[in-house]
Amino acid sequence: MSISQLQDQYRRGEITASAVLDQTYARIDSHDGEVKSFLFHTRALAYEIAGEVDARLAKGKTLPPLAGIPLGVKDNMHMSGEKTTCASKILENFQAPYDATVIARCKEALMLPIGKLNMDEFAMGSSTENSAFFPTRNPWDFSRVPGGSSGGSAASVAAGFVPLSLGSDTGGSIRQPAAFCGVTGLKPTYGRVSRYGLVAFASSLDQIGPLGRSVHDCAYLLDAISGHDARDATSANLPATQVVAHLAMSQKFLKIGIPRELIGPEIDDAVKACVESAIRWYEQQGHQIIWCDMASFSAAVATYYIIAPAEASANLSRYDGVRYGLRDKKADTLKTMIANTRGHGFGAEVKRRIILGTYVLSSGYYDAFYAKAQQVRSLITYEFQQAFQNVDVLLTPTAPTTAFAFGAHAQDPLAMYLADIATIPVNMAGLPALSLPCGFSDGLPVGMQIIGRAWDENTVMGLGHQFQLGTDYHTRVPAIGSVA
Amino acid sequence: MNTVFETVIGIEVHAQLRTNTKLFCGCPNQFGTGPNSNVCPVCLGLPGALPVLNKQAVIFAVTAGLGLHCQIRETSVFSRKNYFYPDLPKGYQISQYDLPICEHGHLDITVEGVSKRIGITRIHMEEDAGKLVHQGAEAISGSTGSLVDLNRACTPLIEIVSEPDIRSAQEARVYVENLRRILMFLGVCDGNMEEGSLRADANVSIRPVGTEKFGTRTEIKNVNSFRSLERAIESEVARQTALILSGSTVIQETRHYDDFTQTTKSLRSKADAHDYRYFPEPDLFPLHVSSAWIAEIKASMKLHPDAVLLKYKTEGLSEFEIQVLLDDPEMACFFDACCVDGVSPTAVAKWVVGDFQAILRDKKISFSDSPVAPAALTSLVQMIEKGTLSGKMAKEMLPAMMTGKDPESIVKESGATQISDGDALRPLIAAIIDQHPDVIEKVKSGKRNAADFLIGQVMKETKGRAKPDLVRTLILEDIQNR
Repeated sequence: MSISQLQDQYRRGEITASAVLDQTYARIDSHDGEVKSFLFHTRALAYEIAGEVDARLAKGKTLPPLAGIPLGVKDNMHMSGEKTTCASKILENFQAPYDATVIARCKEALMLPIGKLNMDEFAMGSSTENSAFFPTRNPWDFSRVPGGSSGGSAASVAAGFVPLSLGSDTGGSIRQPAAFCGVTGLKPTYGRVSRYGLVAFASSLDQIGPLGRSVHDCAYLLDAISGHDARDATSANLPATQVVAHLAMSQKFLKIGIPRELIGPEIDDAVKACVESAIRWYEQQGHQIIWCDMASFSAAVATYYIIAPAEASANLSRYDGVRYGLRDKKADTLKTMIANTRGHGFGAEVKRRIILGTYVLSSGYYDAFYAKAQQVRSLITYEFQQAFQNVDVLLTPTAPTTAFAFGAHAQDPLAMYLADIATIPVNMAGLPALSLPCGFSDGLPVGMQIIGRAWDENTVMGLGHQFQLGTDYHTRVPAIGSVA
Repeated sequence: MNTVFETVIGIEVHAQLRTNTKLFCGCPNQFGTGPNSNVCPVCLGLPGALPVLNKQAVIFAVTAGLGLHCQIRETSVFSRKNYFYPDLPKGYQISQYDLPICEHGHLDITVEGVSKRIGITRIHMEEDAGKLVHQGAEAISGSTGSLVDLNRACTPLIEIVSEPDIRSAQEARVYVENLRRILMFLGVCDGNMEEGSLRADANVSIRPVGTEKFGTRTEIKNVNSFRSLERAIESEVARQTALILSGSTVIQETRHYDDFTQTTKSLRSKADAHDYRYFPEPDLFPLHVSSAWIAEIKASMKLHPDAVLLKYKTEGLSEFEIQVLLDDPEMACFFDACCVDGVSPTAVAKWVVGDFQAILRDKKISFSDSPVAPAALTSLVQMIEKGTLSGKMAKEMLPAMMTGKDPESIVKESGATQISDGDALRPLIAAIIDQHPDVIEKVKSGKRNAADFLIGQVMKETKGRAKPDLVRTLILEDIQNR
């Protein structure tokens, strides 16, 4: 059911928020045992807010647009009084003492927080297999991964547990799982959404964004969570977006750029075919297709795996066992306490990236790695700016393949890293990008990505919305019970 | 012939900025409250918390830079300095590294009549760490446990790094004294060395006189007074000289000064030095300080000590008074607050530097904590100038004023104003003169000093309230007329 349909039902008094919660948890209880998208639920809080919504409805008061809409939250954003585990043993019992800005805004919008969603530990991974607790399954095929790191966020929407969820995207962590699970996901422009209360992975790349069944639904959530926040110095001094209002306006004819590099041999033929058919669809609507070259993309993954781990190595230093989280109680010196806490508390991928980040920042290596990577990052940003002189958006596949099987990349982390070739450059340049379903291959969804100019979520989402008005890929649902 | 060595010293001063709130969060920048009472998610380094730069701290850093003739960088960058320690909640300190806010300044010192310019390499901003309270021992080793107090975590510091232009322990002392005075007069730091608001580390090396190449340096930490700075450097120079003369070499290391033994001991060698893995802080964009903002800061700056010196000279203060005031910026600040229109600065200076300072020092109270408000001392001085009080009476009133009472109400309660009305005094004076005919003779024969006895009698009778010079005049008048 779309957000608009839910809103109509509330308006007509056909449902109550408490009843919506009952149905939501009933469906989760029946089917999440298989999907495993939620780490834990936040029932008490959800029913408390539902009570408030119903009380206001009973008094005939007008409600904010997202009032009474269930929301899933990736477990790296703080919800005061609830746990924030980041799917890591080191924070297994960490209770958040404050609300992330996005959570405060969702509460103010009277959304119903259903629970916290599974993810790759500290958002490091592309399959949710790196969760310290359990892997999440792809609702379209339980033998496949849901993507990552926001795997729980995408799977919970795909499975029809929640209409909307929050994810975070550092190198594709919203868009790739959205593509794998056949849902819509947006990584907003860096600085559009406050990162306050988001547990940092790579601060210069992280951005929170919405996942939902449609561009239109995602627009509601973006409008609610965006806008300047004085607690985040990198948050842009701009008001909240008004994408929902923009989507109601007629679509202009645009110049759509297609980077040749992302339609090459490294992309699966089936994925390529779906994206090419979407390109033709846009052409038929009167948009102009322009092929372009993005030469620096080839260096993007290598660059990302210097910058992101470097920042992560510092961001994760605070988990030292001194103040909160796991602590090795048997150690008899400070050094062994810290070493053992981190040794036991972090999983293999997190350790791999901390070691990588520590190495590239080390004296004697900084210039060769980190400084060089920053130069390449500037080059990527520059190349995007050049491209956007000639085109309004860029269109690419979101991922080179459809969802892969569990363990497919277990022995080869590099292969998994390379799968982020289309999404990583976008984070490097801080641009907004949307992933939306554009077809199916062997029963698995295929996603395409629309990248826009900085702060131009309107154009990106407008174009995605147009596609969803003319196609039905986003309305298809996996066969898990019957999706509401 | 013995080699003669020259000492080369560079000094790093950490100064706490007197902001109301911490460097990256809204917690109060104050101590003395219970452990971990001034903390929030940001300064506790909780996951998800983000730093937001305190504008006042930037203003203070720029102010210090201007006071030390630095160039202010239009764009400076915060970096993360990475190391693990329990008092460092994030596992990194946010500091400035390759692009500090101020550079290329200088400070002039005068030692034994010789003036000299000491270069200031840079001033950078950074956050302080928390404090560890070790249980049952001085250090972490040997203690039964250590408690972490993060009230100080994230409070604002500037680090002022000098060029290696300093050549003796005495120059080092004068450099830090002058630096402290400037920071205090500009209002950016309270200058309290014992409480650690101002901490100086000295980089010390020696080289044969006439050579250019620097010797291997050691860094001396834990110096918490001017005296210990001088002693620490002297003892380190002696140690290095002895090492070199005995054919040994100096190792580059950090040394800890022990005020009790007056020696330095090795803390860690270069081999154990941390690799801090500095990189730009991604949570904060580069800091831009426009020339317009610098001009605005400059225009609202408090007076530099050099300007204060000129002002005091113009006001007619004695060299001694000026020196005392410049050595104690808090006293100078109190003095300036007393000097309102209609009161003579020289009269105020006499009291501030003299009796008032004495009574505060006696009670071990600093000028900033003075229970007597500047306005109260001003009224006291004005009452003396008007003749309502004698100097002696005023001095006797100071203890009562220390309870916070203003001089007017003390006078009102005791009725103890000075009697400066001649008509009121004449009958008493006549009576006293009548009782001492011998004194009349002495005075008449030219021994005017003999009148002092009569003055004493009048003062005794009036309980000190009569205005002494008036009494003298009236007595002489009375005797002349007999």
